[in-house]
This record gives sequence, structure tokens and C-alpha cells, in this order.
Amino acid sequence: MAKRAFDIRRQTGFTGIAIACFLMLYMPIILLVVYSFNAGTSIAIWEGFSWRWYASAWENDLVQEATIRSLIIAFWASALSTSVAVLAALATTRTRSFKGQTAVFAVIHQPLMVPEIVTAVALLIFFAMIKVATGYNGLAYLIIAHSAFCIPFAYLPIRARLQGMDLTLEQAAADLYATPFQVFRRVTLPQLWPGILAGAMLAFVISLDDVVITEFVKSAGQDTLPTYMLGQLRRVVTPEINAISTALLGISVTMVIAYTLLSKVRN
Amino acid sequence: MTKAIKAQSLRKVYNGNPPVEALGSVDIEIEDNEFFTLLGPSGCGKTTLLRLIAGFEHPTSGRLEMFGEPLQDLPPYKRQINTVFQNYALFPHMTVAENIGFGMEMLGKPKSEIKATVDEMMDLVQMSEMADRQTSQISGGQQQRVALARALAPRPRILLLDEPLSALDFKLRKSMQLELKRLQTETGITFIFVTHDQEEALTMSDRIAVMSNGAIRQIGGPRDIYDHPADRFVADFIGDTNFLDADVVGKDGDLTALRLTSGKTITASAHDDATGRVTLAVRPEHAQLATSDEGLLTGQLREVVYFGTDTHLHVDLGDGTTFVLRQQNSPDMPANATAGSTVGITFPPAAAQVLRD
Repeated sequence: MAKRAFDIRRQTGFTGIAIACFLMLYMPIILLVVYSFNAGTSIAIWEGFSWRWYASAWENDLVQEATIRSLIIAFWASALSTSVAVLAALATTRTRSFKGQTAVFAVIHQPLMVPEIVTAVALLIFFAMIKVATGYNGLAYLIIAHSAFCIPFAYLPIRARLQGMDLTLEQAAADLYATPFQVFRRVTLPQLWPGILAGAMLAFVISLDDVVITEFVKSAGQDTLPTYMLGQLRRVVTPEINAISTALLGISVTMVIAYTLLSKVRN
Repeated sequence: MTKAIKAQSLRKVYNGNPPVEALGSVDIEIEDNEFFTLLGPSGCGKTTLLRLIAGFEHPTSGRLEMFGEPLQDLPPYKRQINTVFQNYALFPHMTVAENIGFGMEMLGKPKSEIKATVDEMMDLVQMSEMADRQTSQISGGQQQRVALARALAPRPRILLLDEPLSALDFKLRKSMQLELKRLQTETGITFIFVTHDQEEALTMSDRIAVMSNGAIRQIGGPRDIYDHPADRFVADFIGDTNFLDADVVGKDGDLTALRLTSGKTITASAHDDATGRVTLAVRPEHAQLATSDEGLLTGQLREVVYFGTDTHLHVDLGDGTTFVLRQQNSPDMPANATAGSTVGITFPPAAAQVLRD
């Protein structure tokens, strides 16, 4: 009889550790969701079920403004970073390997490695100089900052998709008189769409969720939903925060599910 | 008359460590309207040569011409050459009809003309019922036909086929072989066919180039290649062959006298520089059993293997080599030899081919 390979699931204590880990991860979130339905004003003492905090958040002008601002930033950051990511992915998979390719990968992945606080401080100082020089104070700074750190998240699924595609299809198109641009538009792009959508969605969620860089880059009156919530926590804490968090969680979970489904689409 | 394809000292080295020479200084001329086959084992350079003609690879050095025009600097989309890929490479996001019409669409042909040609092509490969199917919804044999129709639709001057039949089952492959030959004759397009299957090459081709290690070993018609293999590699790769040692003992015009290891002498045609010890090739079906006195060679019959259409007789020549004879079976033929008996082997002079090493 051949012995089974080392099976970690059969080791003593494995189940206990696994359950403990999942509890640590999800109990706080479950509690947060539960207390968003609290009828009372406490986030720790249950006083019965109610939708009041959802209604309260919905009617709160500041929440509405921050939500719209968050969505605008996330939309543009997602669109910009995905466009750049498509070009970067094409340049790193559909060309001959070139000198310094590893360095290029490192540069593209940089936002995943560098501590966010460093990027945030650097952007704060850099944008401050531009603000002085131009006098412009709008949302563009946030959009550009978000686009920058979203690029690697958009890039990874797009590159994976490109690498998984059959190169002979592009050769076949070229063989059938398609110019390089026609090959891209008629053969590469239609097959790349699931990857592009997945990348865009991931970038959208990452942008929606950002606190650190936004907190440093935003001008006065430019709160996004996460920075508004952070500001609220410093004052009175009501289950309204729980309700907003739960709504954000819902959006993120939906996006992640859609992303997973899209990444699974194969020929 | 200009050649469909003319390659001069064509060489391809793939960069790497160490660099790989896939094709070493090949000269080849392919006639217009010819069914030409590149035959060889995997890694012999046949696919590299095809990819150079298609334009997917750039030659390291040498010249490539198509109907007298230089070809090597044109990108694939400017060559009037289409390819049937080994894995078919059908566009998965297009229907059968869209796949077939793709080449003409890229050439900017009017819609009505595209439609007419697509209909005609689907008729030609008997796929008319399947026009609106997705390519994932049709069988391997049908995908093969679509790939063929797609490559033929823009009316290329040359069609390249990269082992297109290798993924099909035996019966389908047989019928597609005849089909391809028929299409080539009907369309008058030059077909350049790549295969490692010698039988496929023999049944379909007008001419065959046998390749190994990035070089062409012999170019000729199927009969030439089979009956008069130029060297040991070709004789060994195409069909089954017995190799015999012999010594050149004299020359008389075109004929050369050769002494076999048994001491008997035969005359055969040989290349001019054959001297001393040479290798003879004799096909199993060209040799017959004889009595041990009459035989050019004698030996002990070791095995009699029945194959249905024929019987293979393995004769041990006593010097460590085994000679195989193949006899056609017929109902009234007696089982004339039994294993263990001493037998003679004879063959006509024309059956013996002196090989270059």
C-alpha cells in the first residue's frame, strides 16, 4: 500500500486552528452586520431589529455626497488604471523579451510593495507643489492617485488572460491578411474582455475602499465614504456606521463574486 | 517558368543558450500547382521551413522567393499565402461562416462577394448546414474542414498545411487525404504539406522532400523516394528496409558489381563514387524465399508472423543481422516455410539500392 502524502488536514489541532482563524476573521464582520439592524443607538447593546440606521444613512447629506464622490473617483480610477494596465499587459506578453523586463515588472507591481503611507506622504508633498503652481483643487488629484495604486490590481488578471490565450489565433489572423491593429481589434480584444472586466472591477473595489492615500491627498470638503466614516468615528459612534459598512461590504462582495466568475470564463 | 517557392541557402537559428540551428542552409524549389510535402521526424526543421514561408519567423540568412518576388521581408499579412494550422486555430468568438469570411473581410472585399465565396467554400468542404454554428459546437473533423475552407477562401497562391490530419482518427484521416488531393487538383493552388507520416506523404504528394536535422536529404516523387532512397536515413525513415553490407568489386557502365557477405556477386546500379564497403537497401516485399542453394543469402528462418494481408518472415543471416521478407498472402498458398529451417533469400538486381551514408 502506498502511503498518502503528508496531509495537513489530518494533523492534531488542525480543525481547531482553522475554526479559530475563521472566527477571528468573520466574527467581527458578522457582529458589525448584525448591529447595523439595531433599533437602539448603541453599537454594543442589542435593542431589537430595525431599518432605522439604513434610513438615517440614506437621508444623511454628507453620506450621500461622500458616496457619490467615492463612486466618481472609483469609476475614473478604474477606467484609467485598466486602460494603462491593458497596454502594460500587451507590452509585457506580446513583445519579444527585452532588457530590463524584470525591472519593468517590479515598477508595475510597485504599489503592492511600497508601504501605502510612503506613497501617501509623497503624493501629499508632490500635489501640494502642483496645487500652489496651478491653483487647481479639484477631484483630479484623488483620481490620479487612485489610478496609480489600482494599476497592478487591474494588470494582474489582464496579463493572466493574455498569457492563457492561444498565440496561434493571432498568427492565423495575420496569416489571413489582418494588419497588427486589426489582429488586436478583431481577435485579441474580443477574447481579452473577461480579463479587462475582471481587472476593472478589482480596481473599482480597491479604489472604493482606500483610506490612507485618500486621507493624505484630499482637499477640504473632499471626503470619500471611507474617510467620512473615519471622521465620524472620532465623534459619536452610532449603528449608522455599521449600516454604511454593511452596504459597502455588499457592493464589494458582489464585485468579488463577479470577478471570480469572470476570471473563470475560458474558451 | 518561375517557381512558386524558391529558397536559397535558407538558414534559421533560434536564439538561446546554446543557439539552436533549426534549419541549416536549405535550397529548395517548389513548382506552381504542385502538391509538395515536407516529410521528416519531429525536430527535423520542416515546421520551421513552413513558418518561414508563412512569415511567422524571419530567416537568419538566405533568400526566399515566391513566384520570383523576394518574400523574406514581407509580413505575413502581405503574403498571398494561407495556412491550415495543426490545431486549426479557429476564432472561438466567431461563427463558422465568420471564420471562413475573415480573410476576405481583411482584404476589404465587398460583402456580397464575401458571402458568395463563403457559401461556395462551405459547399466545397460540405459544411453548408453549419454556417451559424459556433466553432466549439462542431466536431474535430468539421473544425478541420472549416480551417481548410477559411484558408482557401481568399484564394491564396500557396496553401500551407501543418500536419492538419494528425488529430483525426484513422478512417477520417484516410478520407481527408483523398479529399485534400482532390481539392489541390481542383483549385490548382500550390499545396505545401508538412507531415511526419510517411504513408500520408506517399499517397498524396507530387513530390516529397525528406528532411532531418535541419537539412533536406532527398527530393523526389513518391516512387523515387521509396524505390531509390538516396541515403540510409531516407531508406530507414520511409517504409521498412533491410540493410546489407557489400563490397564494390567492379564497374561496367551504369552497373556496379557487388559482393555480398555470403560471397555471391550481384550487379546493381549505384552512385558514381561508390567504392569499397557500401550499404545496400532491399525492401522486404522485393525479396523472395528460395532454396538455400539458389539464394543470394542463406540463413535460418526464425519467425513467421502472420499479418492478414501478408506474412513477415524473419531470417537470421548468421552474422548478427536479421533479414525480413514480406510475402503477400493468398488462400491457395501453402505454408511453405516453417520456423527453424534453413532457407535462401533472393531478390532482383533492381531491388538492391546502394546508399550514400
